[in-house]
Amino acid sequence: MQSALSLSFSQSSLPLANRPFCSSNAAPSFTPRNLRFCGLRREAFGFSPSKQLTSCRFQIQNRRIEISASAGNGAPSKSFDYDLIIIGAGVGGHGAALHAVEKGLKTAIIEGDVVGGTCVNRGCVPSKALLAVSGRMRELQNEHHMKAFGLQVSAAGYDRQGVADHASNLATKIRNNLTNSMKALGVDILTGFGAVLGPQKVKYGDNIITGKDIIIATGSVPFVPKGIEVDGKTVITSDHALKLESVPDWIAIVGSGYIGLEFSDVYTALGSEVTFIEALDQLMPGFDPEISKLAQRVLINPRKIDYHTGVFASKITPAKDGKPVMIELIDAKTKEPKDTLEVDAALIATGRAPFTNGLGLENINVATQRGFIPVDERMRVIDGNGKLVPHLYCIGDANGKLMLAHAASAQGISVVEQVTGTDHVLNHLSIPAACFTHPEISMVGLTEPQAREKAEKEGFKVSIAKTSFKANTKALAENEGEGLAKMIYRPDNGEILGVHIFGLHAADLIHEASNAIALGTRIQEIKLAVHAHPTLSEVVDELFKAAKVDSPASVTAQSVKVAV
Amino acid sequence: MSRLLQTPFLPSVSLPTKTRSSVPGFRVKPRTIPIQAKIREIFMPALSSTMTEGKIVSWVKSEGDKLNKGESVVVVESDKADMDVETFYDGYLAAIMVEEGGVAPVGSAIALLAETEDEIADAKAKASGGGDSKPPPPPPPASPPTPAVESPVAVEKKVAAPVSVKAVAASSVHPASEGGKRIVASPYAKKLAKELKVELAGLVGSGPMGRIVAKDVEAVSAGGGVQAAVAVKEVAAAPGVELGSVVPFTTMQGAVSRNMVESLAVPTFRVGYTITTDALDALYKKIKSKGVTMTALLAKATALALAKHPVVNSSCRDGNSFVYNSSINVAVAVAIDGGLITPVLQNADKVDIYSLSRKWKELVDKARAKQLQPQEYNTGTFTLSNLGMFGVDRFDAILPPGTGAIMAVGASQPSTVATKDGRIGMKNQMQVNVTADHRVIYGADLAQFLQTLASIIEDPKDLTF
Repeated sequence: MQSALSLSFSQSSLPLANRPFCSSNAAPSFTPRNLRFCGLRREAFGFSPSKQLTSCRFQIQNRRIEISASAGNGAPSKSFDYDLIIIGAGVGGHGAALHAVEKGLKTAIIEGDVVGGTCVNRGCVPSKALLAVSGRMRELQNEHHMKAFGLQVSAAGYDRQGVADHASNLATKIRNNLTNSMKALGVDILTGFGAVLGPQKVKYGDNIITGKDIIIATGSVPFVPKGIEVDGKTVITSDHALKLESVPDWIAIVGSGYIGLEFSDVYTALGSEVTFIEALDQLMPGFDPEISKLAQRVLINPRKIDYHTGVFASKITPAKDGKPVMIELIDAKTKEPKDTLEVDAALIATGRAPFTNGLGLENINVATQRGFIPVDERMRVIDGNGKLVPHLYCIGDANGKLMLAHAASAQGISVVEQVTGTDHVLNHLSIPAACFTHPEISMVGLTEPQAREKAEKEGFKVSIAKTSFKANTKALAENEGEGLAKMIYRPDNGEILGVHIFGLHAADLIHEASNAIALGTRIQEIKLAVHAHPTLSEVVDELFKAAKVDSPASVTAQSVKVAV
Repeated sequence: MSRLLQTPFLPSVSLPTKTRSSVPGFRVKPRTIPIQAKIREIFMPALSSTMTEGKIVSWVKSEGDKLNKGESVVVVESDKADMDVETFYDGYLAAIMVEEGGVAPVGSAIALLAETEDEIADAKAKASGGGDSKPPPPPPPASPPTPAVESPVAVEKKVAAPVSVKAVAASSVHPASEGGKRIVASPYAKKLAKELKVELAGLVGSGPMGRIVAKDVEAVSAGGGVQAAVAVKEVAAAPGVELGSVVPFTTMQGAVSRNMVESLAVPTFRVGYTITTDALDALYKKIKSKGVTMTALLAKATALALAKHPVVNSSCRDGNSFVYNSSINVAVAVAIDGGLITPVLQNADKVDIYSLSRKWKELVDKARAKQLQPQEYNTGTFTLSNLGMFGVDRFDAILPPGTGAIMAVGASQPSTVATKDGRIGMKNQMQVNVTADHRVIYGADLAQFLQTLASIIEDPKDLTF
């Protein structure tokens, strides 16, 4: 297993300037995969079967960072100040920096804001703190649930400031961990806004430094569509919402992707009523349709939530002069006015926009596309003429490939692998994503429609296996039998195309599948693996066992090689 | 619930303290709505959300009378109060289908309105199935025009009470509701309404900006079962509620209940006074056209008297100390749907009577829209409650928690009095009765206050500055 790892440092990852936490993309066309955990994954490997990189690709062994720390920052190569300069100390930059040091590179990381970036300061980390609270509130408020356990709890209440403090304390703690982990390794943390002056030359503040290779990891900021006026009090983005300065009676959430969904979980648990505004025709558009349908039945319908789909919020005015927040809705297709809402607050969760202004990209003839920096599959930056810019890479939200903290980190590690002589291409299909609602949603690989489309194009068959949490002992013991796991696979060779889980601790269950995809493990192999009983992991085990692979024999030989 | 209703007494309406001329029964006025072109039906309006049927107290107009839009036509007794119902259309009262004393379910036709005189006959024919139409009596033409100005209550009623489908719409005054075209309800309220099969269109919201929230739906649903049952059963039988039924408190009733019980912890006593109102009536007549309301006049007079007796405007909350309130904020109890509320005229001693009248109007409008901000109904330092419009000549009120005194105002009625020069004469007099917290306000304090108040009302020139 090559990529093992790293959970040990999850806390240490650091980010740079802005790392999105999961963002869904601003553009509806994307499949949002946002995420929210920060990335602890040290490396995700993918392989593209097409180009066999041969075995050396997977050379990495597991090591924990703590150990490698002793190695210290490498010596600079002759003519440069640094071997690697990373602009942005978010989770992506942090992952790259740690790996670079491990590889013996003299590394500097430039941060203009706070270490940790979006994920740690304004994203996955504080949102998990709020969600931890909402999960408990939900349980305590669910009389039926409590009764089923034989528990008696008197009315549960909360202290808003206490909840907000938990989130900010967690962010502070994780930020310190990240900073310390880099300091301990000898990574130079340079303060100031970084910009590219030319090939291999970077400016931060008034200083100019040179580096053999440069990684841009500047992340993203909340995307606010035009017509929406954010005042930070009644019309807010996730940046504000995470501070939990108020719990409005009625909040409209624009966008039903990961961010919107997680906040709906938090707000409804704390007593707010929520109205979703979604531009596409269905809620949770980025998810596998079957999962989003079930999720809607569990996460939306029974809660104090209603929604408008197929509409844009063309204009949102903050509350003032005694008037509520006004939201004008227009039909997403015809653009005709459809409705007006007046609510106590509006959260704009329409995705995230890359934070790439002021990076000096014009100095190297790079034109952004809707703000994103164009890169190839190895994260190498492509200039305005379609040529690769030597020694310049861009990872994370700034390139828009997959706006997840752990994806950024994985991309950064991939880049470090490349600059240290090991070709590496990250398989984005092996990167899991999770939404930390109660219960959670997680996924890796393709959705069923995507898989079917691909199958049609490439001429293979697709099969689906499903298991329910209702049959899982551990889930039933927790009185949390609601949930579904679904696997999309090729019956001809046992390849896992995608796994989607909705249920208790789904976010923690997905890794067995994502690792299998990353490593190329086939179903016929992994189904023989043993799972502890009784655990939620058996849901995934059942999934593998439920799959029917046609002719395991023919494929096995090949896959065995791949699998370690 | 903050202090909606912190006042105990019944709905007092505005304070027209004085029953106008003759008829003792006063009425408030909401409106009615017709339908149908040409010959329109006048429906029994829903004057409150809990009203399922209404009793015709009296017809203000007789068959054949010409009606102008906005005029009062009939007085209806709802579960809360009597109210004038006015027409929305010009025309002739062609046929009365439900006689005085009769009861009709909300929404049923009680009369027909013809557009032209010619159509009266048609209308009568049409109504013949309904009730016999004989022109009912008390058309005290004087009373209908009961000063809309001076009966805020009336207005209040309208608020709460969706009068008909159309009126309902009007009652939802959420700014975004575009005058009622849209229903503004929170997500959970919508969900509940669907579950409980409650029609949101008929609801008045109690949430921010008049938004319908879950408890509004629950309240209706709780009362709704009863309502529906009654409606079906009762057509012309007994008025009112289903006897023997148990009806849970609405939120507002719950709040009133709590406040009332809380008031028991305060040792109160009462002092009454009879005040001659001839001069005040004369003044009112004179400046009424400038938009001055009787409520404002009474509030003003009270405030001026309070200014001279600060102890009556004080409040004792902890039993160990009391506060001389820095401003004189006169709260006036107003009946609204399902309870009552006390809009506050702030600094009533300082604001001139015209501004005060405008302010009162504004407050009533807001109350109607359920848009009163908390400081507009819970900052009162002294409360006025007036039941004079119902012909009540005296009553006593329960002291709202947190204030020092409340004054119950009865109707001003012509009385025979012995004058100082040894003659017997007629004067309009009203009785007021103040309930006060004896921990801080003593008998002599109230007596002096009332004396001052009487002198102000009997010589009201100071009221206009």
